[in-house]
Amino acid sequence: MELIFERSRHGHKMALLPACDVPEVTPDFPLRSEAPKLPEVSEVEMSRHYSALEQQAFGVNDGFYPLGSCTMKYNPAVNETAAGLPGFTELHPLQPESSVQGALEAMYLTQHLLADITGMDDVTLQPAAGAHGEYTGLLLIRAYHEARGDTARTKIIVPDSAHGTNPASAAMAGYSVVPVKSNAAGGVDLDALREAVGPDTAGLMLTNPNTLGIFDPNIREITQIVHDAGGLCYYDGANLNAVVGRARPGDMGFDCVHVNLHKTFSTPHGGGGPGSGPVGCKAFLEEYLPHPIVTKDDAGYHFMKPAHSFGRVRMFYGNFLVAIRALTYILTLGGDGLAEASGMAVLNANYLMTRLKDAIDIAYPGTCMHEFVMTLEKYKEETGVSALDVAKRLLDYGIHPPTMYFPLIVHEALMAEPTETESKETLDAAADVFCKIFEEGRTDPEMLHSAPHDTAIGRPDEVTAARHPKLRYTWAD
Amino acid sequence: MGSYVPSSAEEKKSMLAAVGVRTLDDLYASVSESVYLKEPVIPEGQSEMEVISKLSGMAEKNTVYKSIFRGAGAYHHYIPSIVKNVINKEAFRTTYTPYQAEISQGILQSIFEYQTMICELTGMDVSNASVYDGASAAAESIFMCQERKKTKAVISGTSNPEVIETIQTYCKSRGVPVVIVPAKDGQTDQAALAEALTDDTACLYFQQPNYFGVMEDSETLIQMAHDKKALAVMGVNPIALGLMKTPGELGADIAVGEGQPLGLPMSFGGPYLGFMASTKKLMRKLPGRIVGETKDARGGRCFVLTLQAREQHIRREKASSNICSNEALCAMTAGAYLTAMGPEGLAQAAKLCLSKAHYLASALAGIGYTPVYDKPFFHEFVTKTPIPAADVEKKLADKGILSGLPIGENEMLWCATEMNTKAQMDAVIAVLKGEE
Repeated sequence: MELIFERSRHGHKMALLPACDVPEVTPDFPLRSEAPKLPEVSEVEMSRHYSALEQQAFGVNDGFYPLGSCTMKYNPAVNETAAGLPGFTELHPLQPESSVQGALEAMYLTQHLLADITGMDDVTLQPAAGAHGEYTGLLLIRAYHEARGDTARTKIIVPDSAHGTNPASAAMAGYSVVPVKSNAAGGVDLDALREAVGPDTAGLMLTNPNTLGIFDPNIREITQIVHDAGGLCYYDGANLNAVVGRARPGDMGFDCVHVNLHKTFSTPHGGGGPGSGPVGCKAFLEEYLPHPIVTKDDAGYHFMKPAHSFGRVRMFYGNFLVAIRALTYILTLGGDGLAEASGMAVLNANYLMTRLKDAIDIAYPGTCMHEFVMTLEKYKEETGVSALDVAKRLLDYGIHPPTMYFPLIVHEALMAEPTETESKETLDAAADVFCKIFEEGRTDPEMLHSAPHDTAIGRPDEVTAARHPKLRYTWAD
Repeated sequence: MGSYVPSSAEEKKSMLAAVGVRTLDDLYASVSESVYLKEPVIPEGQSEMEVISKLSGMAEKNTVYKSIFRGAGAYHHYIPSIVKNVINKEAFRTTYTPYQAEISQGILQSIFEYQTMICELTGMDVSNASVYDGASAAAESIFMCQERKKTKAVISGTSNPEVIETIQTYCKSRGVPVVIVPAKDGQTDQAALAEALTDDTACLYFQQPNYFGVMEDSETLIQMAHDKKALAVMGVNPIALGLMKTPGELGADIAVGEGQPLGLPMSFGGPYLGFMASTKKLMRKLPGRIVGETKDARGGRCFVLTLQAREQHIRREKASSNICSNEALCAMTAGAYLTAMGPEGLAQAAKLCLSKAHYLASALAGIGYTPVYDKPFFHEFVTKTPIPAADVEKKLADKGILSGLPIGENEMLWCATEMNTKAQMDAVIAVLKGEE
C-alpha cells in the first residue's frame, strides 16, 4: 500500500479555512525554517487512502475476535450516538460549572454505577487506560500508608500469572515487586503468599478471575492474609467481564479496583485506545483520590478535591466520551443485563473449550470463567507446529487469533476469550476451524510454518524491524 | 433490559447441555456463596430509545457556546468533515492493538504515518505511537531523562498548572526530585533557572508557547540546560508548530505536547492525545508503542510494532513505562487532520490564530483590558480586567460567549483561534463596553 506521503502531489489541497477577516500579523518570534513535509492531497485522494487502510484492518465488526484478556465484545452503535452528542463533544473542559451540569451528572452517575458494580464507595474517572488505573490505585495505597507514617511498606505482591502491566505499574509507583507463584490448580499458592507478606508489604495486585481463566476459590482468604499483614488489596479489573453483575471485588475483600471501560463496558478499542480505567476505592481511601471528582448537593453537581488528594495523573477529568459510552451501556443492560452478559461470556468460553478439548490440551481443564488457555507444548513436540503457527493460520480463516504465549507460566499458550456477544453458530464454526488447523499441523506442518497465506502480507521480519529501526518515512531526495 | 447477546434460549440450553451444567449459575461453583450476588446491585436495564433519550437529556443541560475564547490546555479548532468520516470507520474504531501485523497493516501504517508527521512537525528524529494526553506525555518524558546521578527535574513555572501537577504526582512516587522555577514577567525566570540547574539535574521542562500564551526564549533555556549536561524537554502546541521554530531546530532532546488541537473535539477534557518525539539517541527510552517498517516473508514492505523490549509485556517491572493501551484512534485522528490540512492549511490555521489573537488583544486593550505581559505571543494572552474576572465571565456568558479563563481576581487568560470571526470579537468588546 502506498503511504500517504507517496500519494502526495505538490499543489493538491483542500479548501477548509476562510480568509483572514482581521489585519494579518507578522510573527515576532523565531520561525521554523521550512514547512513540515505534510501530505498534499485532495479530499478524494485522502478518502481513498483511508478506505484502503480500513480494508487492511480487522475490527470486531469484521469477525470473531477471541483475544484472551482483551474482552473484544461487540461495541454497540448507540454508544457512539451518545458519545457524539454535541452537548458532550463541544464542551470546553474549563467551562463554568453551571454550564456543564449535564456532563457532571453523567460523570456522577457513571462514578456511582461503577462503585455499585464493584462494591466500592467512590470512583474516579480520571485514568485513561487500565495500566493508568493500576498506577492510580497504587498511588492510593501509597498515600494511605504514607499518611499513617508507615513508610517501611515498599513491596507489592504480584502473582506470576499477572499481566505485565502489574509489575510495571508497581515499579512506576516506586515499589519493588515480589512475585508469588501459582498453585497446581492455577490459583494463588496460599503458603507462598503467607511467606511473601510482612511488614514491608504495601499491597497485593490480583486479577480475579486470573489470566488462566480461574476464579480463585480462596479469594477471601487471600485478601485476609494481606490485610492481616497490614497491606492493602488491589483488584485488577481486566477480567471483570467474567463476574460483572454476579460478584464484586469489594465483597471479595479488595480495597481498590480499576475497571476497563474498553473491555467490560463495551467501549471500542480504537486500535489500542482511547480506553478508560476508572478506579474505585473503599471509603477509607476516598480522601486520597486524584482530583477532581464529582459530588452532588441540593444546588447541583460540583467538582471537588478530596481532602488529601495525591494529585492528578493527567489533565482534566479523564476520557469523558469513553465514560459516556460506558454509561450508555450500563444503563442499557442494567443489573440483570450485566449478569446475563457475564454468564453468557462464561458459557461461551466453556462451550468453546468443550468443543476443543479433544483436539488440544487445555492448561487447566476444569470449568473456566470467561477465558481458557490451550497449551500446545505436547502438540509442538509431536508436530513441530507452534502456537504462533496455529495463530497465524487462523488469520487465513478470518479469525483473530487468541492471545499468544500468555500467561507466561503456560508453555505454547493460546488464551481464548470469546465474550458473550458471539453466537453458538460462530463458536461452532470457530471450533471447526481450530480442529481443522490442528489436523493440518499433523499432516502438513510446513504449510503452518509458512502461514498465513491468504492475508495482505506474509509474516513480517520483526528481528530486522528491531535491529534496524525505521520508524518514520524519509524522502528520497 | 437491553442485551447484546445473540444466542437464543434454545441455543443457550444446548450449550449448557454440551458443557454439562443446567444453569449459568452452575458455572460459578468456584465463587463462594459469601461473595456471589443474590440480586442485581444496580437498576434494571432499559431499551435503546429510553437510554438515548436520557443521555440526550443530560447533553442538552449543557451550554454549547457558539463563541469561545478559552484555551488553557484545550482548544477550539475547525475539524474538517473528512477527518470525522475517517475516524468513524468501524474497523478502525473496533480493532485492537495491532499485534497481528498480517491483518493490521491499515492500523500499523496509519501509526507509521502519524509518527512521521509528528517528526516533521517537531523536527525530531523519532515519535512514539501516542500516550494518554499532553500532561502524561510530559510526565513520561521526565522519566526518559533519568540517570543514576542525574535525577532532578527542573520545571518551568510558566507551564500549564495541571501539567505541572501531573509531573509532580508521577515524580513523587518514583522519588524524582522536582524543582519549579518561578515565572518572571510571564516567562521562565532565567536567574532562578540558573540556580535550579545543578549537576544532578536530569532535565528542564518548559512549554512553548507557555501557559500565559507567551513565547519563551527557547534557545537560551535549552542552552542553559545543556550547559549543565541536562536534557531539554519542550512542551509544544502543535498548531503553533505550523509557524514557530521547532524543538528539533532549537536542539531540544524531547518534544511532547497535547495533540487535541489536531482534529479532536474538546469533549469536556478527553479523550485527548499525548504526543512524544525525541532524538535518535533517546529512541530506546521512549515509552509505549512504536511502529517500524520492515519486510514480510514475501519480500514486500510492511509495518510492525517494534522495539518491544522496552515494554511492560516483555520487561515487566523493568519496562520503561507501564503503558499498554494508548490513544491510537486519537493519533489516527491527528494524522488525518494533518493530512487534510497539509503544510499550507496548517500554516494558515496558525496564522489565523496569531492574527485573530492579536486583533482581540488590541481591541481589549482599547477598552482598558490591558495586556499583563509585553511579550511575543501566539494565540493566548493575559489581560487585566477592570472589573473582577468572574464578572467578565458572567457578563459574556449571558450573551452566549465563553470568555477567557479567570486566572486571578482581575486577570484573564484569553485565546482566539481560526474559529473566532471578527464579528464575534467585536461582540465581546461591545458587551464589555456595555453597548450590548
